[in-house]
Amino acid sequence: MALSIPYLLTIIIFLPLLGAAVVMFAPGDRTKKWLALATTLVTFAVSLLLWTNWQQGEAGMQFVEDAVWFAPLGIRYALGVDGISLFLVLLTTLLMPIAVYFSILYVDKRIGPYMALMLLLETAMIGVFLALDLVLFFVFFEASLIPMYFLIGEWGGQNRVYAAVKFFLYTFAGSALMVVAILIVYFSTGTFDIVALQSTPMPVAVQTWAFLAFSLAFAVKTPLFPFHTWLPDAHVQAPTAGSIILAGVLLKMGTYGFLRLAMPIFPQAAQQFGPLLATLAIVGILYGALVALMQKDLKALVAYSSVAHLGYVMLGVIAMNAQGVSGSVLQMVNHGLSTGALFLLVGLLYERRHTRMLDDFGGLWASVPVYTGLFLVVAMSSAGLPGLNGFVGEFAIMLGAYNYMPIFAVLAAAGVILAAWYLLTAFRKMAQGEITNPANDKQHLKDLNLKELVMVVPLVILFFVIGLFPNLFFDKINPSVEAMLETRTVLLQQGAAAQMPSLELAEIVVTEAK
Amino acid sequence: MNSAALALNLNAVLPELVMVVAAAIVMLLDIPNRRGRAPTKAWLPWVALAGVLVTGAVSIWLLGQPVTSFQGMAIHDERAQALNLVVLTGAALSILLSVRYIPTVNQQTGEYYTLLLLVSTGMMAMGSATDLMVVFLALETFSLGLYILAGLSRKSLRSNEAAMKYFLLGAFASAFFVYGAAFVYGATGSTRFDLIAVTLFDGKADLPLLYIGVTMLIAGFGFKVSLVPFHMWTPDVYQGSPTPVTAFMSIGTKAAAFAAFYRFFAFALPTEQATWGWALAILAVLTMTLGNLVALRQSSLKRLLAYSSIAHAGYILVGLATATPAGIDGALFYLISYAFMNMGAFAVVILLERQGEMDADGERLKGLSRRHPQLALIMSIFMFSLAGVPPFAGFFAKFFVFAAAVEGGWSWLAAIAMLNSAIGAWYYLRIVVDMYFAEPADAAQIEPQQVSLPLTITLGVAAVFTIALGVLPSLWTGLVQSGVVSTLALR
Repeated sequence: MALSIPYLLTIIIFLPLLGAAVVMFAPGDRTKKWLALATTLVTFAVSLLLWTNWQQGEAGMQFVEDAVWFAPLGIRYALGVDGISLFLVLLTTLLMPIAVYFSILYVDKRIGPYMALMLLLETAMIGVFLALDLVLFFVFFEASLIPMYFLIGEWGGQNRVYAAVKFFLYTFAGSALMVVAILIVYFSTGTFDIVALQSTPMPVAVQTWAFLAFSLAFAVKTPLFPFHTWLPDAHVQAPTAGSIILAGVLLKMGTYGFLRLAMPIFPQAAQQFGPLLATLAIVGILYGALVALMQKDLKALVAYSSVAHLGYVMLGVIAMNAQGVSGSVLQMVNHGLSTGALFLLVGLLYERRHTRMLDDFGGLWASVPVYTGLFLVVAMSSAGLPGLNGFVGEFAIMLGAYNYMPIFAVLAAAGVILAAWYLLTAFRKMAQGEITNPANDKQHLKDLNLKELVMVVPLVILFFVIGLFPNLFFDKINPSVEAMLETRTVLLQQGAAAQMPSLELAEIVVTEAK
Repeated sequence: MNSAALALNLNAVLPELVMVVAAAIVMLLDIPNRRGRAPTKAWLPWVALAGVLVTGAVSIWLLGQPVTSFQGMAIHDERAQALNLVVLTGAALSILLSVRYIPTVNQQTGEYYTLLLLVSTGMMAMGSATDLMVVFLALETFSLGLYILAGLSRKSLRSNEAAMKYFLLGAFASAFFVYGAAFVYGATGSTRFDLIAVTLFDGKADLPLLYIGVTMLIAGFGFKVSLVPFHMWTPDVYQGSPTPVTAFMSIGTKAAAFAAFYRFFAFALPTEQATWGWALAILAVLTMTLGNLVALRQSSLKRLLAYSSIAHAGYILVGLATATPAGIDGALFYLISYAFMNMGAFAVVILLERQGEMDADGERLKGLSRRHPQLALIMSIFMFSLAGVPPFAGFFAKFFVFAAAVEGGWSWLAAIAMLNSAIGAWYYLRIVVDMYFAEPADAAQIEPQQVSLPLTITLGVAAVFTIALGVLPSLWTGLVQSGVVSTLALR
């Protein structure tokens, strides 16, 4: 046991908020920048205590905090972390300093509000992963929209306002019905407690409606085909740091929502709609990969690759077996790391050349070897090369998908090949061949400097750590996943055995009206 | 015969009494302000504000000691006090908005503050009335005052038109109300809510007659809270009235009429819930949908807020349609949240108005964040809150009301309402887009002479409570004790 701190989770969530307030009132742009970086670094350091103080082998929630928030409706301020959320929190706290540091180097416009928004976003994201109360979850889930909306709309590319509004309205409308579903769940079980709900039986009719509403919200966020159309706009227009966070963390709120809420709380409905969702995930994998193949803009390519990658994550989640789910949890982290790194590298290139069009490059091997080498590693990690992180997650997901329905595993494997194809094509266009454009030669294009390496190298090291020692992570993930699956199985058996009186929703409406 | 036998407990009307006294003091203080001399003019708003605050203190003191009085014609329970607090919040904030504004419109500020206090009195009485005649008295008290306030700017055509329109249609609605009350009396033999309920319970009521009467009462109430299809006056009157009056109207009228609405339906017609619940639900759907859709196309800020207020009336009506305690408490939370966020929005409109114009075009928001970053930030808080985004008050307001709806088995109504709030997000967001992402327009300047300390205080108070109620909704529910009581979980 190392240093133990009370209210650790609260501190992790609200440190960035505090930092945001300080940054707002701090004098001078330089001070603001470094204060923001310091905040994210301290938050990261504090969040590492989760790792060091971790109760190995413990399946349930750890570092639990629980306080009444709004008594009349039983809304609680309940926080906790288990193997499923641990790495997502760490991913968030790790990517934030990188994103902030990138912004320190390359963002000059209105830096105070920018940093404050980044920090607000961090609070909301961590809150989503730590909340154990549905309402609290929803509050953080929605609150994350506001800072991201401003980040895209103010600091984004050419078409930023359109992208920002689309991002906001899509996700806001998507989660509108979730509020009603949350309430329906509450009034049919009497609790907002996420952990308790995982072992609370519910009538099938309630499950179906609630599952559909939850799924809509999370499918938009993930994004699952065909709800993905906001993503390429948002990604292409977002500033680099915004893209890193959007792809690295924000999208995981969708898959995490599926994994933590939609799938285990409504097991019967989830079982029923599983094949449909899995099909959408597969379509997303193949469609995302094919569209990525056609992209001329490097950033759009990475954006579409996210659609494909999150398809894998979804597939593992829907499979709802140990391999699939554990793989998905790890793959969420992997995707965050490798796509974060890809956006980072694309951003670094953009800052040098002010273009992201693949046709403008060529022969970068010769001019910027360090950059190109790192890009290759990151691309390979994203493509799932054995020995790197992507492989471990994808492999586990494939196993899970195979055990679920073999056909999905076969189709998903096709996606792996496509992923290698588009990434290598992009790499070939960028790095190989002759230098055709003088702007790409050694004199004009500078290789990565130390400041930039500081951002990229930790991510690359993690690729290898996860790729070579996956059990370091699975040891923490697996107990929680297995426990969750067990609870779910019990719930499913109860449902099947007891043939619960399945009240039609209309019936409930009538009885309640009386 | 002692006073107990008379059942005359003055506590039941204490807040109203205090308010009337305050109004009288303001009126008396205004006497020396004649013929060019104005020795006490500067004090008037502060005296009025003090009156409002004292009344608020009395209301809070009365919390938790419910009394009925005047032979069951008035009741003062937690909900009546909560309603008082909503009205008083609106009154206090609009007095602060008026300090600088009203003298530019009309020199007779003494009349203005007196009327404002008397209007508040009428509104508070609405919340405690348990007899149709008392409701009518209260309704007329505040309506007559508002007609005058709407036409306060005597030289402005638009203000005159607003007053005229409001008065004519309002008189029409009052007629409907009285006629409806007469029908109800004819059907049940009483105007007192509890006696009506008893007659209904005994099955002695003439139901067809009652339904005609209730329909007319709904029309009367619906006019006051601008439910579709009785909303036609709203945009014109909102646009034409002096902005602090509009702001007060949007909160006070809504709160008062909804309170009486609730009392009548819950106290007098509990047995008919199945019938009128549906009627109200349909009205709610129409109201919020039309309000939101038309708001999408408004360029004038006051008209936009008018349609937005119609939409919000629809959301609040959802709480009433459920007819549960949770529903009415949710509606009260909605009203107090709405009071803060809408007051704030109107305060920003005032800052954007030009001299004598009494309205501001949406164009003026363009690029506001460049010129006035703090103002844009505060306005964004109000807009996100109105859209119902957490962590602002508007989110929990919707959450509580819709929770009551789901609990009462009106899940479909809650779903429609939530989809509506997604439509609403579009136009609130457009304001934020204009403020932050549009190229600054030359017009994006605040009118320096409107900048004043009271207005800044209003903005600050509104913003602080919009956030505070969003983070700690129990601040309000804890204060009014009853809370959003979740009676039974659905099983």
